Amino acid sequence: MSRAQSKSLFTADLIVPAIGDAFRKLNPRELIRNPVMFTTAVVATLLTVLLVVGQDGLSLGFKLQLVVWLWLTVLFGTFAEALAEGRGKAQAASLRATKAELTAKRVKGAGVEEVPASALRKDDVVLVQTGDLIPSDGEVIAGVASVNEAAITGESAPVIREAGGDRSAVTAGTRVISDEIRVRVTVDPGQGFLDRMIALVEGAERQKTPNEIALTLLLVGLTIIFLIAVATVPGFASYAGGSVPVSILAALLITLIPTTIAALLSAIGIAGMDRLVRFNVLAKSGRAVEAAGDVDVLLLDKTGTITIGDRQATEFRPVGGTDVAALAEAALLASLADETPEGRSIVVLAHQRFGFDATTLPEGAEVIPFTAQTRISGVNTGGRVIQKGAVQAVLKANPGAGSTAAATELRRITDEIGRAGGTPLAVAVDGQLLGAIFLKDVVKAGIRERFGELRAMGIRTVMITGDNPLTASSIAAEAGVDDFLAEATPEDKLALIRKEQEGGRLVAMCGDGTNDAPALAQADVGVAMNTGTQAAREAGNMVDLDSDPTKLIEVVGLGKQLLMTRGALTTFSVANDVAKYFAIIPAMFVVLYPGLGVLNVMGLGTPESAILSAIIFNALIIPLLVPLALKGVTYKPMAAGPLLARNLAVYGLGGLIAPFVGIKLIDLAVNGMGLA
Amino acid sequence: MTIAGWLLIAVFVGVLLALAKPVGLWLFALYEGRRTPLHAVLGPVERGFYRLSGIDPQEDQSWRRYAVHMLIFNAAALLLTYVLLRAQAVLPLNPRGLGAVGPDLAFNTAISFTANTNWQSYAGESTMSNLSQMLALTLHNFLSAATGIALAFALFRGFARRPSPNGGATGIGNFWADITRVTLYLLLPLSIVLGLFYIASGVPQTLAGSVDVTTLEGARQTLALGPVASQEAIKMLGTNGGGFFNANSAHPFENPNALTNLIQMLSIFAIGTGLTYTFGKAVGNTRQGWAILAAMMTLFLVGTTVTYWQEAAGNPVLHNLGVPGGNMEGKEVRFGVAASALFSVVTTAASCGAVNAMHDSFTALGGMIPLFNMQLGEVVIGGVGAGIYGFLLFAILAVFVAGLMVGRTPEYVGKKIESREVKLAVLAIAVLPLVILGMTALAAVLPVGLAGPLNKGPHGFSEILYAFTSAVANNGSAFAGLTANTPFYNGMLGVAMWVGRFFIIVPMLAVAGSLAAKKHTPETAGSFPTTGPLWTGLLIGIVLIVGGLTFLPSLALGPIADHLAMIRGQLF
Repeated sequence: MSRAQSKSLFTADLIVPAIGDAFRKLNPRELIRNPVMFTTAVVATLLTVLLVVGQDGLSLGFKLQLVVWLWLTVLFGTFAEALAEGRGKAQAASLRATKAELTAKRVKGAGVEEVPASALRKDDVVLVQTGDLIPSDGEVIAGVASVNEAAITGESAPVIREAGGDRSAVTAGTRVISDEIRVRVTVDPGQGFLDRMIALVEGAERQKTPNEIALTLLLVGLTIIFLIAVATVPGFASYAGGSVPVSILAALLITLIPTTIAALLSAIGIAGMDRLVRFNVLAKSGRAVEAAGDVDVLLLDKTGTITIGDRQATEFRPVGGTDVAALAEAALLASLADETPEGRSIVVLAHQRFGFDATTLPEGAEVIPFTAQTRISGVNTGGRVIQKGAVQAVLKANPGAGSTAAATELRRITDEIGRAGGTPLAVAVDGQLLGAIFLKDVVKAGIRERFGELRAMGIRTVMITGDNPLTASSIAAEAGVDDFLAEATPEDKLALIRKEQEGGRLVAMCGDGTNDAPALAQADVGVAMNTGTQAAREAGNMVDLDSDPTKLIEVVGLGKQLLMTRGALTTFSVANDVAKYFAIIPAMFVVLYPGLGVLNVMGLGTPESAILSAIIFNALIIPLLVPLALKGVTYKPMAAGPLLARNLAVYGLGGLIAPFVGIKLIDLAVNGMGLA
Repeated sequence: MTIAGWLLIAVFVGVLLALAKPVGLWLFALYEGRRTPLHAVLGPVERGFYRLSGIDPQEDQSWRRYAVHMLIFNAAALLLTYVLLRAQAVLPLNPRGLGAVGPDLAFNTAISFTANTNWQSYAGESTMSNLSQMLALTLHNFLSAATGIALAFALFRGFARRPSPNGGATGIGNFWADITRVTLYLLLPLSIVLGLFYIASGVPQTLAGSVDVTTLEGARQTLALGPVASQEAIKMLGTNGGGFFNANSAHPFENPNALTNLIQMLSIFAIGTGLTYTFGKAVGNTRQGWAILAAMMTLFLVGTTVTYWQEAAGNPVLHNLGVPGGNMEGKEVRFGVAASALFSVVTTAASCGAVNAMHDSFTALGGMIPLFNMQLGEVVIGGVGAGIYGFLLFAILAVFVAGLMVGRTPEYVGKKIESREVKLAVLAIAVLPLVILGMTALAAVLPVGLAGPLNKGPHGFSEILYAFTSAVANNGSAFAGLTANTPFYNGMLGVAMWVGRFFIIVPMLAVAGSLAAKKHTPETAGSFPTTGPLWTGLLIGIVLIVGGLTFLPSLALGPIADHLAMIRGQLF
């Protein structure tokens, strides 16, 4: 289920089962969840009964057609929902197949016993060896292994999973392709990631989201109001000395109540979640997707989101009269054993600028490994001790150099580099400062424009970075973010989120480490990276299977698109009523007061054909809008004002005009075929 | 249509818009409980009143408490009025020696005045003693108006307030303080000024019963008199509309000339218009208020144009008989077509219900506009307070329907509109069609109902529809033609008025309470824009679609059928 394969909406393998499901969903217990469609079904049942027993002077053929179209209205609605669900079901089936074959090697005492994965409980420890499928979600407690997570992410390149650190979480259904690990099970059967994913894509546990509930209430309210309007018509007609047949009243009611949006409402919700899944993001609830649309502030990690992950060495800055080539050479030697991207970029820079060609350390050289305590790495070679590290760390390691003129110069250069958005690394040889390496953060191409779009949409971006404020502000300015949080600790992040929320703003962030977990939980939208720890994945309300923090921006877009699709179709549905009134009112009342014929502005053939055309339009508009409901309305990032103007023109004005044209055309066809 | 007619409309609108800000600011001071210049004189009265009645004006009431106190107050006033009317024969200030008001009429009238409707199934001069007029009726003219404004304040607070950071409940103000301040610092002083103006214009203000005069032809005539001017002022200001005389503002003692007519129309709209500005101030952005006023004024001007055009065009059937000109049937010559048409639209747009011409005698479409104004829920300026809170309920729906289209949970002036608000707003808005259409349908089939209308055919239907619409919408104007002083109509209309007032108020206050507890979302470029022409257009659209479509079948069988028949030369 990689992102690339976007299935066509209307392939036979999706449509055929959906038709069957459409009929299955006529079950009243399921139908009542959608009160408007339930009302339609009740009216259709009533008319079906009246077809047999009622006598109201209308021709049987006309009434039969009304009944058929009413049932089709209901079926189109259930079909739309079934179609939306069908797309998820295919994915769920393949996930289930993965799950079925899982067995586990449970560690028991000194040995290992083979058990089905379903027998595993929390805190059991299992052994997973090369070629095995990981039987349950868990945490690596011993060993390192490369794991193929294609079953979950669709990405076939293996990833490293190891005990400790931020890459310790493993997911059931993924395969260990080298080495072996011991995994402590962290979930009980049925609670795992795979289970949640199956439930999610199937839509089985779908609960109505807050906006969906509010919208349903509005639709129920409109239904009640129109029910009153229609139910009182017979009384009015009796005053005018006539009567209106029940079938006509039923037709008026069904065309007025918002069947269009009601029929498509759950399909829109399912399709919205499905779009997210296709995008390789799993939302734990529909609520989170809606919240994404409401987000006011995006907290974005600098590294990987705003800048490309790796810093590049771009310049050597000597101090204290040191020759720049000497600095470059020392830096090169100190970096030859450094496999980090920064280290490699120093080697490349030294090669390019000064023509050094060493690629391996000299004989007998002794590497000083980087530790989190010293924050220095380097090499002992040819009797020289070469140190490379953060400026503060190098100064601290060489107390004697701290008060020299070179140190003062180094501090000045450090500030300069920081202001320019770079990170300086100091180089010292035998306790003497040589200078600094300018490591530059490279801001991703096009990111500035993205932030501009977000700003136009009213979303503020805040860059989160561990850099010092000087560096941070320089990168922030280059990337065009609205604000930044420098030297950020997890506590700072949490405090920032709380502060924004107190101001009434909704905050989205992404994170992967265990220390991100509180902030992920506090944020309104917390996207955890799939590569992250189990704690982070539990805390967030979405998981990005591709572990791409940039996707937060798209997630916001998808949330907005979901809400917009609902709003657009609601507006369209309500606006349609005007034309339907003009079709049915004259048809209904022209026998009472012939003068009312002038309200027949569409010039519909006969009263019967007018009513039939309105009801046919009302039914057909549902399948016609299914593609829109499933794909979502076109979404372009822009400010709310122009967005509203555009959508009101398309769906409001369009909703006003389209049925006039549609009903007229259907009426021509109905009359042409002699149906009424 | 004449230039003078359009000029009158232009002057009216111009003065009204100029008044909106000053009136709105004055109301804002009362909303905030701030000092006004009048406090120097009336402040001790206010404080004395609180001490006397043991009210703590600082107490912030929850919506439930606010609602309960409001209901108790109104129920008590209702009961008092009923008793006064039933006992007026034995009470003083009854110079014409009128008997007790009958039980069904007293029931109807007591509700009518409590609910700011002032539907009158009776002729004032021959039914109500001076005591009943002054105490039972004029009292309500003040209190029901003050209640309406207080309720609007409560809803404003719901939008404007931020929940307290320590998690304590957020109230929506103090009902007693609100009605006291509104009465004392707004309604009373303005009524005194306007009352003096009416007296100066020749409106009677006396405790005498009537005078016998000999007319120029030598006939003897009895002219009913009474404390008319004082009632006239608040009748308009508080959008009450209950006249001293049966002919209401068409009577020369109530509305003697063109100037009093203009002042009366302005008084009807003044507070309602000002409240839109107050709303803007309350939520911290006056453009929010102007946007609402723009929507209201657009609906008002379209209605005025249609009615004026139809009345000026007159009746083609009469034209064919050689009687040219506009429709003057049921209109006062001293006002003419334009002033009568404008008055009819103003009084029905604003839930006032005073009339200076007989709406029953309007052309079909000319009379449909007043009817339609009421069916929209009296939100075109509307009753004092009631207009703006009714309109804000529509705004909630408009924001919800279209708000999703900008891809965010709908918000209005910084408050998220969620299922609770939608549910309550729909509930309040559904009351109107339910009661109007339900009761009209009932009256249209029951023999006791069918006995009411004077005319046959669609015009008779319009008379029934108008009566229930007027009652539920708390307008109180009558289409005339309907014999409403019967137990059936008195009872049904009484219930209709009560439901139409309080069944909307309670869910509205619940909305206020729910909103007050919500966090304020700061406005960003991504927020749904609720200022500007787009929003104004959307508001108009929602009011017309929700308010209008519900009533289209009934309008088709009433005034529209009536009009189409007239074109074909058939009158009812």
